[in-house]
Amino acid sequence: MPVWNFVWRSAYHDSLTLMRLTHDMEAVPGVERAAAMMATPQNRALLADAGLLAEGGADTAPADLLIAVAAADEAAARGAEAAALAALRPRPAESRPGLPGATRRRPRTLASALRALPDASLALISVPGLYAAAEAMKALRAGLHVMLFSDNVPVEAEIELKRLALSRGLFVMGPDCGTALIDGVPLGFANAVPRGRIGIAAASGTGLQEVSTLVARHGEGISHGIGVGGRDLSDAVGGLMMSRALALLAEDPATEVICVIGKPPGPAVAARLTREVERLGKPCVMHFVGSGSGSLEECARAAVARARKKGAPATEFTLPASEVDRLVADAGRGLGPAPRYVRGVYAGGTLAWEARAILAAALPDVAPDVTGGAGANRVVDLGEDMFTVGRPHPMIDGTVRREWIARETADPGTAVLLLDVILGYGAHPDPAGELIPALERAREQRRGLAIVASVVGTETDPQGRAAQVAKLAARGVIVMPSNAQAARLATRLARATSA
Amino acid sequence: MRDLLAGPPRVISVGLELFATTLVSLQVPALHVDWRPPGDGDPRLAGLLAELSDDYAAPGKPDH
Repeated sequence: MPVWNFVWRSAYHDSLTLMRLTHDMEAVPGVERAAAMMATPQNRALLADAGLLAEGGADTAPADLLIAVAAADEAAARGAEAAALAALRPRPAESRPGLPGATRRRPRTLASALRALPDASLALISVPGLYAAAEAMKALRAGLHVMLFSDNVPVEAEIELKRLALSRGLFVMGPDCGTALIDGVPLGFANAVPRGRIGIAAASGTGLQEVSTLVARHGEGISHGIGVGGRDLSDAVGGLMMSRALALLAEDPATEVICVIGKPPGPAVAARLTREVERLGKPCVMHFVGSGSGSLEECARAAVARARKKGAPATEFTLPASEVDRLVADAGRGLGPAPRYVRGVYAGGTLAWEARAILAAALPDVAPDVTGGAGANRVVDLGEDMFTVGRPHPMIDGTVRREWIARETADPGTAVLLLDVILGYGAHPDPAGELIPALERAREQRRGLAIVASVVGTETDPQGRAAQVAKLAARGVIVMPSNAQAARLATRLARATSA
Repeated sequence: MRDLLAGPPRVISVGLELFATTLVSLQVPALHVDWRPPGDGDPRLAGLLAELSDDYAAPGKPDH
């Protein structure tokens, strides 16, 4: 399909605005695919990889907005451009977020924001990665702690920022830190969880969401959830912020039990972490996703048990064994002939890796990563950059996930679809509801297809967990209490039907 | 300056407006910065500008 590029000079818009544009453009008849991105060299490369850079490419500067449209004809492409223009038309004056008494004129720099909010303590930075380190540097120099939501920050910059922060008694959460809970305040994509006595230090955003919501479901609460960024535990960064987070939680009077989660650390960091944990003076549970044993749920249960000074027996399922057997028998009856495989279609990166590890421990031929590539049994993390070129993250908008569900359903080997549904602040207002049309189509096309999901969230989240679970269950989706249990049930279904 | 955990954060959000809007709806003191790429979008120039930290050398400087 031919591709058109349109360039709007010096027209910066944030990524959520650009997602809205993309959505509107893709609704235009005749448009197959559209993207709106700032024309940085990196974004141009992503567009080229996605086949959305017109032949010869457009002449652009990084501050330009590049609109790319794959459409049946030029009229459709022009229609998409017009839709994008309409979406950007300034809306009538609207109330802006801010404090009573703060200026209603929106500050355009950190410095002017500090004049309006002089006792600010933290900068939450979510600008494009190319500029994020510079903004974080400004914030640290102004004496602010930093939560760096942005990804694509070079590791050298991360190390420099973290060293500067430590030298000034400050903290850097991130880069690529999606979630934090500081003294009851949810930052980024966090859930509404009660305050409590379990403190979490996490090198994983959706891992922090899974553990904090499971702790809440078991009747305990969170003192603080500190994100350190996915790379902090690498030997290159040296766990600079994890060490500091552990020290802060050790000193914090509200924290009785400390929970450490992330992907497996580098060897040097692992050795140091072990020594530091021994000196904390508080009980500490650790789980590294993909390290071979345990799960985020078991980590949450162990933290709850330590807080209650009880044991936490390891268990595959929290449902009675007879109930699990019934679920397997009921779902297994409808499945077609072999080959029958599990296909995970995920929004949360750490949850995808956890599911992959559980599949790999129980099933043959599991794809080695979460890119949806070769492997009879496979899990795809659709939050990865390669799937979100100019398109919304699947936690915000289900478009990419609906497409992928259709794609996996069309594959005759798919017997079990495995999903995560993530609630919380910032996430889609009805994530289950927007997946349901794709799930219903999948069930129509493939009678007997088993769909297994978990819902990460709490009753007090804006979406309400019970209502989301009920929506899925009403369509025949098997909703398990955790991601780990959902993945385990999927493997049981695959094994039961392969016999 | 206070410790990260010394109390509920008061937040300046630079980037996605969604985050400031959420915090304000929860009665958390928060302010959104209507950010634009500095240095005409040249990240190298943006880095140099941050190095100079001109924002803080001239606190009375008006918004640009």
